[in-house]
Amino acid sequence: MAELDTSGGGKHKGGKVRSKKQSTRVDLTAMVDLAFLLITFFMLTTTLSKPQAMDLAMPDKNEEQPETRLNVADTRSMTILLGSKNKIEWYMGTIEKPLAPPEITSFGRDGIRKVILENKKKAIVATGDPKKGLIILIKPSEKSNYRNLVDILDEMKVTDVSQYGIGDIFEPEVELLKRDNIY
Amino acid sequence: MPRIKVARKSTAIDMTAMCDVAFLLLTFFILTATARQPEALAVDTPASTTLIKLPETDIATLTVGRGKVFFGVKGQNVRALTLEKVGSAYGITFTPEEIRRFSVMESFGVPIGNLKQIIAMEGEQRNKEGLQTGIPADSVNGRASELNEWILQSRYATQELNNKAMRVSIKGDAQEEYPVIKKVIDILQVQGINKFSLITSMRATEK
Repeated sequence: MAELDTSGGGKHKGGKVRSKKQSTRVDLTAMVDLAFLLITFFMLTTTLSKPQAMDLAMPDKNEEQPETRLNVADTRSMTILLGSKNKIEWYMGTIEKPLAPPEITSFGRDGIRKVILENKKKAIVATGDPKKGLIILIKPSEKSNYRNLVDILDEMKVTDVSQYGIGDIFEPEVELLKRDNIY
Repeated sequence: MPRIKVARKSTAIDMTAMCDVAFLLLTFFILTATARQPEALAVDTPASTTLIKLPETDIATLTVGRGKVFFGVKGQNVRALTLEKVGSAYGITFTPEEIRRFSVMESFGVPIGNLKQIIAMEGEQRNKEGLQTGIPADSVNGRASELNEWILQSRYATQELNNKAMRVSIKGDAQEEYPVIKKVIDILQVQGINKFSLITSMRATEK
């Protein structure tokens, strides 16, 4: 379709020896396709290379007094412990008297995401108020890595949990992780 | 009866013009893509589904990888002023030439004692493996850590020069152990910075 015609220069030899005239049409369609592919590539990679930012807000350290902290119903509070080897252990309520025995799960859609969504529904049913949903406390242990933290924060965003915080892990919880071999 | 022949016209379109436009656009995009500075510490950030882009100004980036912390702040004038302030906090003076060379460094990770050496080196030599050991994040003799000092002075510098509060972002390696990240977050919280951004790569949300 697209052509470059360079056969115009073959008229010099009039006379005895005539070289064979061959058609010299070059099809440029492929070149145009390639050029557009490269353009699209560069257009997309310059915007994709800007790093994405995930915001994180921590509670103010100086203000945290045990007395001023609001008491939250056990049915609304879920604690997620991040252990080693990408394992998570979670329970509702307090560590001394959890509502149910702590369970171990993994990251991802079928692991912690399913658990959070279920607990979210249960919390709303328990408080009877759709605005008072689930409150999650994330406690990373010393054996977890940064990727675990980012993944959990990502799950907060995906499951639309608005109230969550990162806290320090306590001794009984470390014991719990050790007992379940994920420390 | 003689068959009437319809005169056939050639349907070939000359694509040379289209090809020219395509290459012009391509050249434009290649030239407007900013060249990336070689990273002093290569980190593999974890993926997340967030789509918010990082702001380009008034932001400091703490790169955390392999137990080391590197520091970088956007804006050449901000970097220059920060260097002067940190220098006076530790009793070290920098020549205008050193300040100028420092202000083009995107990010660095050395204790203050070795900073002059690193500034004097060329770009590729600075990024050699193992040369930059990270900014000390532990407090020494009751005095706050150097990392704390860098963050504090760059916040002053950003406020003075651009009249805006400096944002802090953390770019961590996915494999990094949580205690290192916690130490960095604690240093930020001591200064009252409770909101920061975590830099991640893209991931599509699985439904």
